[in-house]
Parts: sequence; C-alpha cells; structure tokens
Amino acid sequence: MKKDIILAGVGGQGILSIAAVIGYAALEQGMFLKQSEVHGMSQRGGDVVSNLRISHNEIASDLIPFGKADLIIAVEPLESLRYLPHLARHGWLISSSTPLNNIPNYPEIEEVLEAIRGIPNHLLLDAETMAKEAGSIKAANMVILGAATPFLEMDFHLIENAVRFLFNKKGEKVLEMNLIALRAGKEFAYLHQRS
Amino acid sequence: MLGDEAIAQGALDAGLSGIYAYPGTPSTEITEFVQNSNYAREHGIHCTWSANEKTAMEAALGMSYAGKRAMACMKHVGLNVAADPFVNSAITGANGGLIVVAADDPSMHSSQNEQDSRFFGKFALIPILEPSNQQEAYDMVRYGFDLSEKYIVPVLMRITTRMAHSRAGVVRGEVRPQNELHLPADLRQFVLLPNIAKKRYKNLLSNHRHFIQESEGSPFNTYIDGHDKSKGILVCGLAYNYLMENYPDGKVPYPVLKIGQYPLPKNMIERMAEDCDEILVVEDGYPMVEELLKGYLGIGLKIKGRLDGTIPRDGELNPNIVAVALGMEDTFGFPVPDLVVGRPPKLCAGCPHIDSYNALNEALSTLPKGRVFSDIGCYTLGALYPYEAINSCVDMGASITMAKGAADAGMIPSVAVIGDSTFTHSGMTGLLDAVTEKSPITVLILDNATTAMTGGQDSAAMGRLEEICRGLGVEEEHIRVVRPLKKFHAEIVQIIEEELAYQGVSVIIPRRECIVSIDKRMRDKFKNKQTETS
Repeated sequence: MKKDIILAGVGGQGILSIAAVIGYAALEQGMFLKQSEVHGMSQRGGDVVSNLRISHNEIASDLIPFGKADLIIAVEPLESLRYLPHLARHGWLISSSTPLNNIPNYPEIEEVLEAIRGIPNHLLLDAETMAKEAGSIKAANMVILGAATPFLEMDFHLIENAVRFLFNKKGEKVLEMNLIALRAGKEFAYLHQRS
Repeated sequence: MLGDEAIAQGALDAGLSGIYAYPGTPSTEITEFVQNSNYAREHGIHCTWSANEKTAMEAALGMSYAGKRAMACMKHVGLNVAADPFVNSAITGANGGLIVVAADDPSMHSSQNEQDSRFFGKFALIPILEPSNQQEAYDMVRYGFDLSEKYIVPVLMRITTRMAHSRAGVVRGEVRPQNELHLPADLRQFVLLPNIAKKRYKNLLSNHRHFIQESEGSPFNTYIDGHDKSKGILVCGLAYNYLMENYPDGKVPYPVLKIGQYPLPKNMIERMAEDCDEILVVEDGYPMVEELLKGYLGIGLKIKGRLDGTIPRDGELNPNIVAVALGMEDTFGFPVPDLVVGRPPKLCAGCPHIDSYNALNEALSTLPKGRVFSDIGCYTLGALYPYEAINSCVDMGASITMAKGAADAGMIPSVAVIGDSTFTHSGMTGLLDAVTEKSPITVLILDNATTAMTGGQDSAAMGRLEEICRGLGVEEEHIRVVRPLKKFHAEIVQIIEEELAYQGVSVIIPRRECIVSIDKRMRDKFKNKQTETS
C-alpha cells in the first residue's frame, strides 16, 4: 500500500499533529515514511503545507509529484484549493468548510466551497462545529483526520492508538476529546462519502 | 527524524563535544535537538546559542584546537557572517574533528536569497558533504569528523531546506566517546602570520588531490551504469530522490553518477564523459557543477542543466522538473481556481511590534515617507499591510548602519528598527559607528525578550540592552524604555517624536515579551505544576 498525502492549513491549525498521527500509525505497521514540513516564518499565520508519503516500499522523493496525491487533507477551505495541482484524478479532497479569515482579501466563502464541490471526489465538513460538540474547536484537526481515515486504508484502531500515544501526555481529558472528535469525523465520512 | 535531527543525532553518536550556532531557518533544529538531549546534558556537551554565526564558528574552531570534536551550524546567509573564520579555518586546519553545517534555502522559503554554500566550501578549498537523505545525513557526520581528523581540515556539510525539514527513519550506529583534550602537534599551526600561513596554504593546496582521491572512493559518490548511453545523469545530494521518483522500479536506463562528496571525483566524471553523448546535471541551488563541467566557452561535451534552460535557473527542484528535464511527460492534477489568493505570514494578535509600529507610524506621519531601515526578524512583517512601516530588510544588523549612511547623505532623521536578538547579533558594532560620529539617527530596539521568528530561542540581549547601549556610548538621557501597549500609545508617540528631534544617536527600547513565548512559558508552567501535583 502507498498513500501520498498533502496536508494543508494555516500556521497554528495543527496539520503537523495530523501528520504525526498518520505517520505514527504507518510506522507501527512497518511502513516507510517521508514527511516534508514547513518551519519558520510561515508558521506566523501564513499558509502551511506538509507532504506526507507512506508506503510499504521504499520512498524516493520527499515531495509528491503534481497529479499524484491520493489525498488532500485540509483544515481550511481556501488552503485546500492551493495544492490542487498535486491531486491525482482519482484522489480525494477532504476539507473543513470553516474559513479562517485572517487576510483582507479573503474571497467569498460560498465561491470557495463551490470550487471545492467542483472536484469530483470531495468531502466537505463543518469541522469546527463538530469539534465544538466534541469539547473544543481546537480538535477540528482531529475531526478532519477522522474524516480522512476511510481513505487511508488503515485499521481505524491503529489511528486511535496513534492519537492515544501522541496526546497521552496532555492528560486524559484532552485525549478523550480528541478521540471523540476523531470518531465524529469518521462517522461523517462514512455517511457522506460518494464519488 | 528530521534531517536536522539526524545530523544532531549523528554528531552526538560520533563523539561531539560542542555545537555552536545562532538560530536560523532551516538550521535551527540541529542545535535544539542537542539542547533537548539527555545524553548531551549527562555528557556535558556544549550547546548554548552563540551571539552570531561568526562567534559560533570561532568557538567551534577553538574547541577543535583543543582536540575535541565540534560542529558549527548556520543557515546559508549565516555563513556570510562567519566567512572570515570559515575561510581562514581552512588555512589553520583543524585538530579535533570540525564540521560546519550550512543550510541553504532554494526557493527562499524563509530567506533573503538562495545562495549556494557549496561555493563557499570550494572557495575555502575544503571537502564538502551533501546528503541525499536522512540516513546519509546521519552517517555523513561520523564520516565527516573522521575525514576532518585524518587531514586536519574542517569539513563543510551542505544541506537544503527540504533535507533539513523532511522526516524519515534513521538507523543509528554505535555511540563513540568524545576525544580527550589534546593540543595540536604543532603549536604554531593556528598562528596565521604570513610566513606560517604561506606554509599552511601550500599544505592545503597539496591536500587537494587527496581530497579528490577521497571523493573517488567515497561511499557517498556512486557510479550506477545504465545501458542507454545517449545521456549520463550527474545528480547531487537530494536531487537523486527526484530522479528516482521518476523510475518507480529503481532502474534508470542511463548511467547515473550520484554525488554526495566534493571536490568532484574526476575519474568518475571522465568515465561518464567518455561513455555518454551528453551529461544532464541535476543539482539543487546554483549550477555549480554544471558550470564547472561546461566551462566558460561551453566547448566540447554537451552539458545540460540550469544554464541551457533544461531546468529552471532558479528555485528548488522537484520530481516534475526532473521528469521534464529527462524528456518525460509532465503530470498535473487540477488547476488552482483564480479566486485563491496568497496568505502571507503576519504579526500575531497581541504582538508588541504592532503597538510599536502604530506609534512609529504616527510619530513619522508629518515627515516624508521612506526613512525607516529595518532588519531580519518577525518585525520585518511590518513591511506588509496594514503597517507598511519599514523600507529595508537586507542582512542582520543592516538597519542601524543603513540608517547611519542615509543620515550621512542628509536624510535626517533616519530611523532604524531592529530586534533585541538581531541587535546583539550584529547591530552593536554599527551602533558604535553611529555614536562615534554622533549620527542623527533614532534606533528602535524592539525587545520581545526572545529570538521569536525561529521559534523562541534565548536572546543574548536579555536584561542587558540598556547597559550595552550605555557602554557603547549612547547618552543616558537618549536611551528610552517604553512599554508597547495600546494604552501608552500617546506617550510612546511623544517619546519617539522627542528623539527624532535630537541631533544625535537615540535608542528607544519598546519592551514587552513575545506573545507566543508567554503562551509557551505559561503552558510549560502549567505542565510542571501538573507533574508536581500528580
């Protein structure tokens, strides 16, 4: 199995946590991993992206070629569109519908969502509201991750275990909230995915 | 681990005694990894930040002089700052193993230029190592220390952002102990008086052929033969991965020369030149190897790469660029809709710089625009909407000296805006120049008590800015400390106006801790409290 994943969002939204969970689960299965990150200035509220590649075979490039990503997982709708040249024809775009409007020229949100709906395989969800229901909007990244799990071809327990491993030190309450958010995302995906 | 972390782990396992660095993306995480390592703490490995890259390079050289293994890490432009000790360290040579890591930033993700540090290594005439993956980065450190000790010469390790900030699994080797303290065999080795330097330089030159021999036999330089000789591919460092991405079965039809160690292995290149009709050079950064092979006139063997347009002249490589250079079909997903706009980074909500810039803009509102020189840090974002408060960002410390030069030219008042850490990095000497000539400049040292942009490292300026300014000769009554908060806006504007009117050097220090570092500190405090109570 091989999955090439683009993770997109705005600095501070927790895309590296998503990458860490998928990465940990992949390594637990003995898979190879390469993950390219953005550090530095962009982390101050700019656009951030991570290329995450997991495979049972060795991986060559740290960067995913254009048109080859199996998944774009985005925590912000405008950011989900920025990396479309990477998305494979068969690939899925999974994005939160909640805009993070920290720029003066943010486009009309309806137009952004319409553009996402124009992609053949897409899944849009109101991750922020779902995360709020789980306990905190901070868990929106876990909702999105949950929604992406059906496309990862990985046992859901592996993902849950990875979340446990990574959030354990933050206390039981935070961990439980993240797990609820993760499951809510997954449920949504099973109910709504269609291509 | 990250490429940066692999280098740090490699150094710890290879018997490092000290790492010296100033934070700079994408090199910062190397030193941070050592700072967070229990092993380093238990074994007394030096890892405190240096004031700048020059002091870091010199301290590393001193540690090498004393017989121990040392590493100096910096971003590419940091090597400009450290250039004097770096180039001269090639003449003195090393004693304990000495590795200089320079992290280049092709495509300028977080930098002012995309200069290629391999030129610096070539310029200094020392061996260069360039890893293609995290495992090689780990392995090369031990290899580099050994090479350095074998020829008593510093070794440059060149990485790029993609190498530094990409993760992959790494298999560790044995852990070896640090060197014992031991002096160089010749106590004049490091005395670069002309007579001695001439001998040392001849020694360095005569070692050049040994360095080439080492490259010929290096485990990091490999010739992989191919049946199709219409083209040979010479590929440097990380670019190898982009090449292999285009051959999922791992079989490239053309001969491939994978380069990870310089000076270039001459025999291997001669073989490729004899066997192949043309050579495609794939390298991240400047077309250094391509230029070497091509020569100025471009006569002889056909060399393709960045210079003839086969590969774009600037920017970071990727698998698609390499595919096109190989004559393969390009791949593409979906076009980006027109409505997608850029999202540049910005100052955080609650950032003290916001209040400083608002006050500065108001104080300057009656003067013609274009008189604010700034520097490298979060506050450079003050150039963007809605502040549009600064007119320059060139190199660490240039704000003060450029303001002075502009004042010399008659632009009075001139203003410099610099951060606390940037000031102690390279601003102090410029301020001394201004004091010496009583230049009419107003310097704002934005003191947020940290090195914010690279992630909140300790600032060498902490708690001593006023003393430093007084010590450099700034008059007591023209060192003004303010607290950048909205409620003090009118007061700050007035202070800035007063100092703008002064015909000499003024320093205004808006002091308030970085909002991100407070947040981090509070979280750590809460975490510690929890562990204490549980």
